Amino acid sequence: MEALNLTAVTDQLGWEGFVPGYWQQSVNLRDFVQMNYTPYKGDSGFLSKATPRTEKVWAQVLDLVKQEHAKGGPLDFDSNTPSTIVSHAPGYIDKALEIIVGLQTDAPLKRAIMPYGGIRMVETSAEIYGKSVDTEIHKTFTRYRKTHNQGVFDAYDQNIRKCRKAGIITGLPDSYGRGRIIGDSRRIALYGLDFLIQDKQREKQEMLAEHIDENNIRLREELSDQIRALQDMKLMAMSYGHDISKPATNAREAIQWLYFGYLAAIKSQNGAAMSIGRISTFIDIYIERDLQRGVLNEEQAQELIDDLVIKLRMVRFLRTPEYDELFSGDPTWVTESIGGMGEDGRPLVTKTSYRFIQTLYNLGPAPEPNLTVLWSDRLPDNFKRYCAQGSIDTSSIQYENDNLMRTKFGDDYGIACCVSAMRLGKQMQFFGARVNLAKTLLYAINGGRDEISGQQVGPSVPPLEADVLDYDIVMKRFDIYMQWLAATYINALNIIHYMHDKYCYESALMALHDRSIYRTMACGIAGLSIVADSLSAIRYARVKPIANHDGLITDYEISGDFPKYGNNDDRVDSIACNVVTRFMNHLRNNDSYRDSNLTQSVLTITSNVVYGKMTGNTPDGRRTGEPFAPGANPMHRRDEKGALASLLSVAKLPYDDAEDGISYTMSIAPDALGKTPSSRTQNLIAILDGYTQAGGHHVNVNVLNHDTLLDAMEHPENYPQLTVRVSGYAVNFVKLTREQQLDVVNRTFHAQM
Amino acid sequence: MQHPVIEMHSRVADAAHLLGRVHSFETCGTVDGPGTRFVVFLQGCMFRCQYCHNRDTWEMDEGKLYSVTDVLTEILPYIPFIDASNGGVTVSGGEPLLQKQFVRVLFKLLHQQGIHTCLDTNGYVPDAGYDEELEKLMSCTDLVLLDIKHINDQKHLQLTRVTNQYTLKFADYLHSCGKPVWIRYVVVPGLTDAEADVEQLAESVGHMNNVEKVELLPYHTLGAHKWVAYDECYPLAGVVPPSAEKIAALKAIFEKYDINVLA
Repeated sequence: MEALNLTAVTDQLGWEGFVPGYWQQSVNLRDFVQMNYTPYKGDSGFLSKATPRTEKVWAQVLDLVKQEHAKGGPLDFDSNTPSTIVSHAPGYIDKALEIIVGLQTDAPLKRAIMPYGGIRMVETSAEIYGKSVDTEIHKTFTRYRKTHNQGVFDAYDQNIRKCRKAGIITGLPDSYGRGRIIGDSRRIALYGLDFLIQDKQREKQEMLAEHIDENNIRLREELSDQIRALQDMKLMAMSYGHDISKPATNAREAIQWLYFGYLAAIKSQNGAAMSIGRISTFIDIYIERDLQRGVLNEEQAQELIDDLVIKLRMVRFLRTPEYDELFSGDPTWVTESIGGMGEDGRPLVTKTSYRFIQTLYNLGPAPEPNLTVLWSDRLPDNFKRYCAQGSIDTSSIQYENDNLMRTKFGDDYGIACCVSAMRLGKQMQFFGARVNLAKTLLYAINGGRDEISGQQVGPSVPPLEADVLDYDIVMKRFDIYMQWLAATYINALNIIHYMHDKYCYESALMALHDRSIYRTMACGIAGLSIVADSLSAIRYARVKPIANHDGLITDYEISGDFPKYGNNDDRVDSIACNVVTRFMNHLRNNDSYRDSNLTQSVLTITSNVVYGKMTGNTPDGRRTGEPFAPGANPMHRRDEKGALASLLSVAKLPYDDAEDGISYTMSIAPDALGKTPSSRTQNLIAILDGYTQAGGHHVNVNVLNHDTLLDAMEHPENYPQLTVRVSGYAVNFVKLTREQQLDVVNRTFHAQM
Repeated sequence: MQHPVIEMHSRVADAAHLLGRVHSFETCGTVDGPGTRFVVFLQGCMFRCQYCHNRDTWEMDEGKLYSVTDVLTEILPYIPFIDASNGGVTVSGGEPLLQKQFVRVLFKLLHQQGIHTCLDTNGYVPDAGYDEELEKLMSCTDLVLLDIKHINDQKHLQLTRVTNQYTLKFADYLHSCGKPVWIRYVVVPGLTDAEADVEQLAESVGHMNNVEKVELLPYHTLGAHKWVAYDECYPLAGVVPPSAEKIAALKAIFEKYDINVLA
């Protein structure tokens, strides 16, 4: 079949003034951006403050957020209407004032139910918050329509169930949406839906398989679902009075079209992380064109971005309190990736990169959207300074190593969730949560018995009998248990993603992808620093296991000192690296669903507190219940040489064997960053440059005083917008449980004397 | 910037085996000299400052022995951070001048790599200490952070149990060789914050054209717990950090003498 004539289906108005290229022949966002964007190397002097209109809209939202916080749960939710792209009538904050429109339901902060992931989660949430789900809906999703959750539990085996219950495999997306898929909604702005629909039809028609097999059947069905989703997007936009069938003709339309694509995603999926991609530099092309045409000024440009960001700060899902405990503070991970370098050496920094960060000033700090700067030491100095200043002022930015990711993902990738890089529109992941490696080590010592319940969870071998633990013996056993765990884990993920595709397929998101998708299966590990320190203690000190009356080893007596992860000491850092590589290799030995490529992350979200609760005493001296360090962080107060030594320990972890990301959270008191404002920004830039050059992948930067956090715990009402970054995303500090707050407060603060 | 593996001349190589007593390292020092700094805290001090926040650096026989090479090995990984911030290495303590040969060899090797060196000292140099070794040390020291604990000798004695004559003589010495100096002064309510004393200090510092700036360090209590670890009473228990107004008033005194002051 002949290629579609793109110019025939799009009217030329939207593309007027753009530099032509391959992007006109077929969907090619990278080419469009590269041909048309204007790098900006100047400073932040051009930026505009919030307009009275923005302030007025934002004040209304803040008021609603306050009411929501006071309620301790959803402000309101619709328990009678399963959410779809077109399920709800249009909703507004203040219709007359909004520039960019569209809400998940017919009212601001009102949440919707999404039963396709699992009806039980929906019903539990509804009950907790004082409503019950409509009986017809209950009937539909229990009798006539199966859910993802039910499918998964139909297929789980005993082994998986036991691991899940013991908390050695946790956070699995088996009762809710898996998320971590980024729909490339820029496509809607650039091409309009008519073309995208025709293009999908072409993709389907071109599938001329000799014989129809299971893979083809699934893909054909998926493409049909995608086309329906695109048609629904058109309808939804129409209900707001916008026709998005043709390319956007100005900046406001571009943002609006794009936002409708994102809105379709969050109306149809309650995914753990619903990231938006890498939109700022794309949007900048439209803003620049309007500025040149004289139809937009800077104040209006900023207003557009502010209004979009207000929307992104209002994304809400109905979830259970347990879920929020695991992923503290009701996060949505609307991650936007900003900056980075192009493959041709030009920075992908534009004025709109600045405009996004400026929202932290215009609207105040906030955890969402999850602003992620793709950092390179080659970024323009002015931009580095503005980011560093933003971090110092708001603690709301995270940094990821663009040098490291560009070589693997090119220069048109985005971050899903916290640290997962993926080529936009060309790659997706099967989100795999994580396993508890610290517990796995204890299983290795106890022959597969759980150190808390005493139950046999892993393969049964006699427990280690020794007066003093021997490194080689422990390591050998640990390796065997990692192998068992990896196999069980992949089995669980294969079931989950098979069922998710079957019962809760993300047609709205996948419609904004190519037909041929590179899939990863993104596994994860928690407790790395505990494992490294435990193994180091076993190797360099004397660790005596102590058994209870039942023969279960529940404690350890440590004599002598041992090197601890986080001090840039190769003796123990090499153990950490080795564990990462070994577990990755065990994962790789398994077959994965849809031939996805296995990857892993060293990331805990904030569940490090929950993992700690579920894990007994460990051979490094950590006590039962004590929280794990977040992500790849060293354990609290074990880093003795200051912040840079910790950064370098983390930077050693092999990204090739943890391609789904390695997260590090750094909290530093402003005074410890330097004595003057200019030295603080300079030093923070140096820290980020040095970490990047050393191969570090991700870092959260909190610049906060210990005292501020303590005060915020006592007087939350004074800190409605206090944002802290933890393990790959940011949270509103006052929304954390007291336990989580204490964990943040106790976490290594780099202060100086 | 790439730094080649350090190659040492044989004479220096011998010296690199010199041992020093090290208390600890701080890899991300941002308050002891310009840029981000690798700070080496040496062990041992003659002063007994009542407000000392590093009580655990006093004893001469504690700490851990490191050769100069060992210390260099610790520093090397941080060179990218140092380069990116125009930082360097600061040797502090304890009192680094008590181990000046060790510091000299270290600084010399750092200088060969083009790394900025900074000595953070209380200026304790006995008369016999003005020797060739000190001159050599100064020749590879880019900046001296000189702590003047008190300008009034009586009060200095009371505060530190040592006379301030050593410190003031060392200040003169630094002035005479034109060495760039940042003066550091810890402001402790009731002990060092009398305006007349500060006036006197400012006047003498005003005469030193080698002083680039004065840093007023508000007393803080972060080191109090270290005294408890030594089973000793913290002499300043109950003293609260100085008010912002007080710091501003003292700052103004220095500014009267055209001194660049940071507080």
